[in-house]
Amino acid sequence: MPGLALLLPFAGAILLFVLPGRLRSGLGVLAAVLMVCAGAGVAVEVYAQGPIRFTLGGWDVPLGIGISIDGLSVLFLLLTDGIGLVVSVYSRAYFSMPENSAKAALFWPLWFMLWGALNALFCTADIFNTYVLLELISISAAALAALSGSLPSLNAALRYFLVAMAGSLAFLLGVGFLYAQTGVLDMYALSEILPDSPLSAVAFGLICVGLLSKTALFPFHFWLPPAHGNAPAPVSAVLSGLVIKGSFFILLKFWFVVFHGQSGPEQTGWILGILAMAAALWGSYQALIQSRLKLIIAYSSVGQLGYMFLIFPLLSGDIDPAWTLQAWVGCGYQILSHGLAKAALFLAVGSLILTSKTDNIHQLRNIAVCLPMTSFTMGLAGVSLMGLPPSGGFMAKWMFLQAILAGNQWWLALVPVLGGLLTAGYMFRLLSHAFVSEAQAACYGRVASGMEKTALILALSSILIGFRTQEVVFFLQERTLIPALGGGGP
Amino acid sequence: MNLNVWVPLAVLGSSLLPGLIIFFLPEDRGALRTALNMTGAAVKVVLVHFMVYRLLVLGQIHEVGFGMGLGFAFVLRVDFLSLMFLSLSSNLWLVTTLYAVGYLEASPNRSRFFGFFSLCVTATTGIAMAGNPLTLFIFYEFLTLVTYPLVVHRETPAALRAGRTYLWYTILGGSLVFVGVVWLQTLAGPLDFTATGVLNALGPEYHSTLQVIFCFLIAGFGVKAALVPLHGWLPVAMVAPAPVSALLHAVAVVKAGAFCIVRTVYDIYGRDFAGELGLLGPLATAATLTILFGSLQAIAQTDLKKRLAYSTVSQVSYITLGTALISTFSTVGAIVHLVHQGIMKITLFFCAGNIAETLELHDIREMKGVARRMPLTAALFSLAALGMIGVPPLAGFVSKWCLGLGGLSAGQGWVIGVLVLSSLLNAVYFLPIIYTLWFEEPDHQWESFRQSRLETPWTLLFPPVFTAMASLLAGLFAAWPWSPLGVARQITLGMGIGP
Repeated sequence: MPGLALLLPFAGAILLFVLPGRLRSGLGVLAAVLMVCAGAGVAVEVYAQGPIRFTLGGWDVPLGIGISIDGLSVLFLLLTDGIGLVVSVYSRAYFSMPENSAKAALFWPLWFMLWGALNALFCTADIFNTYVLLELISISAAALAALSGSLPSLNAALRYFLVAMAGSLAFLLGVGFLYAQTGVLDMYALSEILPDSPLSAVAFGLICVGLLSKTALFPFHFWLPPAHGNAPAPVSAVLSGLVIKGSFFILLKFWFVVFHGQSGPEQTGWILGILAMAAALWGSYQALIQSRLKLIIAYSSVGQLGYMFLIFPLLSGDIDPAWTLQAWVGCGYQILSHGLAKAALFLAVGSLILTSKTDNIHQLRNIAVCLPMTSFTMGLAGVSLMGLPPSGGFMAKWMFLQAILAGNQWWLALVPVLGGLLTAGYMFRLLSHAFVSEAQAACYGRVASGMEKTALILALSSILIGFRTQEVVFFLQERTLIPALGGGGP
Repeated sequence: MNLNVWVPLAVLGSSLLPGLIIFFLPEDRGALRTALNMTGAAVKVVLVHFMVYRLLVLGQIHEVGFGMGLGFAFVLRVDFLSLMFLSLSSNLWLVTTLYAVGYLEASPNRSRFFGFFSLCVTATTGIAMAGNPLTLFIFYEFLTLVTYPLVVHRETPAALRAGRTYLWYTILGGSLVFVGVVWLQTLAGPLDFTATGVLNALGPEYHSTLQVIFCFLIAGFGVKAALVPLHGWLPVAMVAPAPVSALLHAVAVVKAGAFCIVRTVYDIYGRDFAGELGLLGPLATAATLTILFGSLQAIAQTDLKKRLAYSTVSQVSYITLGTALISTFSTVGAIVHLVHQGIMKITLFFCAGNIAETLELHDIREMKGVARRMPLTAALFSLAALGMIGVPPLAGFVSKWCLGLGGLSAGQGWVIGVLVLSSLLNAVYFLPIIYTLWFEEPDHQWESFRQSRLETPWTLLFPPVFTAMASLLAGLFAAWPWSPLGVARQITLGMGIGP
């Protein structure tokens, strides 16, 4: 089952590349359904039997590529497959519209390539393989970002690509230093034998900078808004909801597994805390003053990323072990709810732009009347992003704030509280423009109702995950191979 | 089937489900929408009073909870304090729905309006039944979200501005409450409202932290309760349709804030412990300032709804004042005023809405002689206004009497002074309206407007008749054990602080 989950998307990508156009979208959705089944199968296996570890092709670890699927991977896998399926269904309608149909031939293979690389990234335990997958993600993501073909989108995609390449190089250099010191590429093996040497510290710095620039944490965020804001709607949804989570996942792995117990993470956590705060405040502030719909949402991602990074300062301080789990659950919930809500928002705004033919919030008219379902979707996604109860975003804020207050790191409380206020500011600014009505302005075009419904499904899921925490807690507490959590399964 | 579990859930569901269904109804299905709404409202009233009966007569506590791990528990618990607010919101929802059906007849976006209207009452009953601070917070924020579309319902620039102001105030308040609630939980674990002694047992080294948390909570809840200087949103939100104003002022938002303050003092901190921490004195001062400031502001308004809004600012703080005094009478006064202010203020707003809808008059100076055209509305308005001033035997008198007694028995004689002064101010801004309505010569002839036998459609007339009668009877039969006052006394007994 895990092997299937890893290979299926790549096989899909190749098939979609060679297949004639009229079969493409149907096959894409079919492959997406299979992917979700495979992902669910993996999740059930990990849930019931504990983390999965094996090596590709049966070669043992020093030679072969190690695969490790633990609870944390499962959360990311489920998120990716869930959003992936919904985006595929949405894309089927989106790329069948006359103005977009020319892009379909490029979109489907690239999208499955990206999906496959993301899935593999969440399962790999090999740091060189990680580098390869990060490159694959960057290439396919940058190509997708350029898909609309307009000049701003080409510019943005090129900038994104250059930053991602520079980040990959820094990452590769760090990996090289680690390999030179130990001769080992497996994360868990490294974690046991890596000496706390200056060279390790340099490797740590390089890897962190590389991954931070790919994740677009402030001040490396400059490439994100234009790249996410100029791509076609389904691509923006994937870039914001999933792609930046990929490098974030790797950062978690390096920080808490490979470099566990080293001086690097312990002494630099506060720096990420400051950057997280700057990201949450600056990104949200920028979102508050933009007038282009997609830029608002893209800057919102810059701000929301700040929340996720709270886990680094929280766990590198002298936190009471009793509250470690809260920080992890907060982080997990932030990843899930931001992914779902942001993807929903980009898809909803995609429908909105197609009908109203404008990307400027000041020109929006009668949205609440013409597109009630899409307005509702934006409202629900907003609730989750703002962290209002009951929603996944609320669980994230609740857990984080508990860990912050219990760990006596008061200054970090500014991130969820002030960030939440700013988020409310830009979300309600967006929504209140939806309520502007004008008797003369009729509703323009229409979109396929499937497009509106898929966005609603994502937004609803970002709310509904707040109603059940048991599984998320279980996967993180009992099934995650991270020394601080100690969950190895039965 | 376990009634203790299912009845509270059914109370929530009786407005949640119709609300969700109504969102998806097309605009022209008016009859079905009204039927759904009224059925839900009626079912809710029946269920709520079934619980009142089971609690007060059989002593049965309704409780249902879901733990989600890591101290995250969702608890509904119908205790004595919940009863009054529950009964108030379910009854007034019924009459307000009827009123709104008449008021919004043939206006656009009714499905959206009634959908959110139902969700609003769901949030209010949720606040009433919440069994721990977390659940309270969840419904408190939910209330903010679902009232926003009601405030901006008219979609005019003024409405959108009002909505923005409303949101900034309430979201800010919500985040203060959030920090307070999380902080309490990290100190004391999931703090059910039944476990009042927990904070007391924390030890003196936590006292300053607890004082700070109290400030966070009261400032957060004070936004909705319109404590000065956090009241700014309330007069602005007057642009909403009359049923929304009625609901915001009498039942949902303002009352929710006041109710949460009562919960904080009695069930999170415990009244005596809050007094030991020196928190009640400042709270009483804030309430007093609000009472006087609101009345003074009301005098300066010429728009009828604005004047009523400032009157609400003032009147709701009686509840806070009663909460902040350590005396059984003041507790009874606070709880009973929750109901009394609700029924009187909703009558006033219904009447103001009738005048605005039938004659299109908003400014008090234009309402000369309206009583000749709309005698019943004017009479009901006058009755409720006199009640607000505190003229015996109306409901407002009973509240003020209890609060005054409470002030005396708590050794705080100045409360009497505040009550007298406030009543005078109430008279200053209510009596001129009554005079204008009844005794001034109208500028033009009303008779030509009149189309039917009634002065305005019956759906607009029946609700204020009902609530005005309620405020008269609540005062006349205050001694009856099932009057609001009688129930308030049973509640204080049940809370263990009764005489």
